Amino acid sequence: MRLQKSTLFALYAVLELAAEPGRQLSTADIAGRYNISAHHLAKVMRQLVRAGLIQSVRGVGGGYRFSGNVKRVTLWDIIEQFEPGSQQPDDDEPDTATPISLALDNVRAEIDDITRATMQSITLKSLLKFAPTK
Amino acid sequence: MIDTAISIRDATDGDIATIIKLDELHTGLAKPEYWRDMLQPHPGRSFLIAELTGVIVGFIVGEIRTWEFGSPPCGWVFAVNVSPDCREGGVGSSLLEAICRRFQRGGVSTVRTMVSRDDPLNLAFFRSQGLTAGPYLELEKTLDPA
Repeated sequence: MRLQKSTLFALYAVLELAAEPGRQLSTADIAGRYNISAHHLAKVMRQLVRAGLIQSVRGVGGGYRFSGNVKRVTLWDIIEQFEPGSQQPDDDEPDTATPISLALDNVRAEIDDITRATMQSITLKSLLKFAPTK
Repeated sequence: MIDTAISIRDATDGDIATIIKLDELHTGLAKPEYWRDMLQPHPGRSFLIAELTGVIVGFIVGEIRTWEFGSPPCGWVFAVNVSPDCREGGVGSSLLEAICRRFQRGGVSTVRTMVSRDDPLNLAFFRSQGLTAGPYLELEKTLDPA
């Protein structure tokens, strides 16, 4: 599955914060750890706050902290905030409906269904449990 | 965290009513004949019951299958079920650990299961126990009525 950069950044950020719920990290902390653009990550963090997955902490030593339930939030809950509807054709795809294009659409939908079921089955806790220790 | 008060034992014919009830609670369908058949002794099969203070709170059933679908010997989990009141207390983990030990003693080093894409509860459970996509794809088609 090819993920957009924003989606990948969001997964890094939420998982990093969920690894130690209650811990606060700044955008710069996370960007530095993953060697990614702090500017781009800042936009992603604002969207994650709006989605209720993390919360912003103001003041000295402020930053962000995880605000969900690691046993309930799945990878899909994060991915769906940033990826366009997987069943929707891309804007640059031709508007065609031949027997062959429809058969290909069915195969793509099959793959999308498997991908979604997989991502929906992996909670943050499960992923973190099997992440190699630092 | 595994609750140490959970005890695991082999299922007996006397457990059939609770097994049918637990399964029906999750699937919405009672299958008495299927579960009676599953309780019959069968080479390589393990049917285990979890009890908490003497009350049945879950079960797991599986079997070592050899060369099915071209696969080397492997332990298959056919079903796992935990009473809704006792979920997230380590019952499912205890049952899976116990049946995996049986499979290991039977000489296999892989455990496998099949879960509906529409069953997030069981999918998330097996994922949390370290099971990932395996080397096989399940394929099917609808057959016209005979």
